[in-house]
Amino acid sequence: METTTKTMNMIEAINDALSIMLDRDKDVVVMGEDVGYFGGVFRATAGLQKKHGKTRVFDTPITECGIIGVAVGMGAYGLRPVPEIQFADYIYPALDQLVSEAARLRYRSAGDFIAPMTVRSPFGGGIFGGQTHSQSPEAMFTHVSGMKTIIPSSPYDAKGLLIAAIEDNDPVLFFEPKRIYNGPFSGHYDRPVEPWSKHPESAVPEGYYRIELGKANVVRAGEALTILTYGTMVHVAKTVVADCGVDAEIIDLRTLVPLDLDTIEASVKKTGRCMIIHEATRTSGFGAELSAQVQERCFYHLEAPIARVTGFDTPYPHSLEWAYFPGPVRIATALENILKD
Amino acid sequence: MVDLPDQGRNNLPPLRLHVPEPRFRPGDTADFSNVDIDAVGRLPRPDVHVAPADIHGHAYGLVRVLDLDGQAHGGWNPNLSRERLHAMLRYMMLVRAFDDRMFRAQRQGKTSFYMKSTGEEAVSIAATMALGRDDMCFPSYRQQGILIARDYPLIDMMNQIYSNRADPLKGRQLPIMYSAKDHGFFSISGNLATQYPQAVGWAMASASKGDNRISAVWCGEGSTAEGDFHSALTFAAVYNAPVIFNVVNNQWAISSFSGFAGGERTTFAARAIGYGVAGLRVDGNDALAVYAATQWAADRARTNGGPTLIEHFTYRAEGHSTSDDPSGYRAREEYAAWPLGDPVERLHTHLKLQGDWDDAARDALRGELDRLVKDTQKAAERNGILGHGMHQPFNSMFEDVFENMPGHLAEQRDQMIAEQRRKFGPEWEPN
Ligand SMILES: Cc1ncc(C[n+]2csc(CCOP(=O)(O)OP(=O)(O)O)c2C)c(N)n1
Repeated sequence: METTTKTMNMIEAINDALSIMLDRDKDVVVMGEDVGYFGGVFRATAGLQKKHGKTRVFDTPITECGIIGVAVGMGAYGLRPVPEIQFADYIYPALDQLVSEAARLRYRSAGDFIAPMTVRSPFGGGIFGGQTHSQSPEAMFTHVSGMKTIIPSSPYDAKGLLIAAIEDNDPVLFFEPKRIYNGPFSGHYDRPVEPWSKHPESAVPEGYYRIELGKANVVRAGEALTILTYGTMVHVAKTVVADCGVDAEIIDLRTLVPLDLDTIEASVKKTGRCMIIHEATRTSGFGAELSAQVQERCFYHLEAPIARVTGFDTPYPHSLEWAYFPGPVRIATALENILKD
Repeated sequence: MVDLPDQGRNNLPPLRLHVPEPRFRPGDTADFSNVDIDAVGRLPRPDVHVAPADIHGHAYGLVRVLDLDGQAHGGWNPNLSRERLHAMLRYMMLVRAFDDRMFRAQRQGKTSFYMKSTGEEAVSIAATMALGRDDMCFPSYRQQGILIARDYPLIDMMNQIYSNRADPLKGRQLPIMYSAKDHGFFSISGNLATQYPQAVGWAMASASKGDNRISAVWCGEGSTAEGDFHSALTFAAVYNAPVIFNVVNNQWAISSFSGFAGGERTTFAARAIGYGVAGLRVDGNDALAVYAATQWAADRARTNGGPTLIEHFTYRAEGHSTSDDPSGYRAREEYAAWPLGDPVERLHTHLKLQGDWDDAARDALRGELDRLVKDTQKAAERNGILGHGMHQPFNSMFEDVFENMPGHLAEQRDQMIAEQRRKFGPEWEPN
């Protein structure tokens, strides 16, 4: 079958996925602060209210706790809400509804009630957003049982993963790396930004398709080491690996929970070295979980200690953003260390 | 897919979901003739120890002093001296000049972000002038006027906006997220409404220590939806905390009109009623009314009369921030059509009626303030602008995470220094 593709940036791909799901499933509703008439502060829901009506795509009061609590209730009725939290930094007022309610509803009611919601939220830094527009709180949620966490790294993945998330019957957090909404990021903040249109993964199939949750993507095959990463850092890792001429195997995890352990294990057993890269702070970050998993499964194949390249354990600074960000120098230094002997 | 059951209630019309809609959108002509505006002087000024239940009408009406011709009327007239009135106008005009200049600086790429308070200058300036200098303010991001009315150095506001090497907050915060304890100004959070219960806690502490200072807190009408707002009112009511709650109802929360915070059904001042707290609704573009209401609430709080919630009925004249273009969601001329005028203009008109003040004097003052702001800006830029190297020492990034830096942060600091040396050469120093 012939599928036609369209060049999209990440925002357009997300918008397309939402529109397709609103069309396919009359139980899907999209809601959040400024998502209705205006179409979202990042324009991810632009035009959707006009197309699908304002009882299916609407603005909400500014209460994240309310947004998620209401989404739980809508799910109990049988709807499939897709709430937006305007910035991941503002998800904390919703923590109780997410952690104690949405994530455990199926378990505590023995399947009597479920919370089939997909919470979309822009996350991550690199945009001079200061400490309340830059955070990467994914590990706070991967720590919670009963909740899935997805982080796409390209327009193609964003659309396919978002459709799969909306169809999933469990609560899903869908963190969108806002630094790469309009184009992939090399990590070199002083170089011009490349738009998605110059990148092959901006060719997005038209219409419905899904990418299975829990399947990682090997974005570069290699022998020298395995790099586990996700979101913005996939692109930074690719650039640095190319600049350093290292034959790394780069795995874009795509979903943190459920995690594609088979792909990870096979790769690390092949290369014998493993580096984990994420933008979030280091202590108790998702890298700690990955490191433990790799150690448990691949210990006898490892030729060097597992390396973590992360943001520092400080709040996200404003003016010194690039000294904080795990950019090319931090990654290159770690590559040299892990390949030393 | 959800199937609708046959409930044997088929003679009832089906339920409908109500989704609020503002009256005007882009392309419409704004017309506020339906907005119910109380006559100037209608609402009496009650005793400051009145029972909240006896002033419910004040939560639905509008406390006003100045009519639109600049005359002051009624029992709320604070009868300020000429000097105080002129100081008030000067501060309000300074906020406006400052906002214009800093907005432009962001557009010129000198910083990442800015937020104006145009049209809302009375809400911060007049309220602050009615408080004691040592009362504690817990602002949102739109009350730069508090710092200005307390004569905080303009250059330090600019240094913060530029995140430069003289920034008192060490370049850590988004522009305008000031903090100034010695000016009674609590550190601004990006997370909406968190300051609400914090202000109550400060007021409870003051009461428990037998102090006589009170606190005041501000948020937008949109933010009243957050749980923190309601927690704050409950605590304040339970402990009779000496706090003033200000809700700045500027009609818009980014692109969402006040209807998405419940404004279609009732006023924001009426939120006080359910908590048994005194509520006043005030013309926020009338600096004298804002002053008078704040003074009333401050007297009440300071004499163990407890909390007051004041809704300032105003209008956000400009975009939400430098990241926003309001032409995408509201009618173009809304501000010009706003029935309560412009707060700076209205105070100016009032001063003209007092004599000894005219348009030429105002224009001269404007010129003076513009020059002051411009000269200060030049001085601030000598300390650097965002992203141009003249920032705080790199080491400062790891300070103040804790009182004493733990080992893992010291290790990360050393790693950061090594990274910079790798990038910029072995002579690189962290300052
Ligand atoms: C907890 C939280 N949620 C969302 C945001 C994003 N946000 C910033 S300002 C704003 C609108 C606030 O409107 P309002 O309270 O009316 O104040 P105004 O901007 O009109 O002064 C929103 C939604 C935030 N900063 N914090």
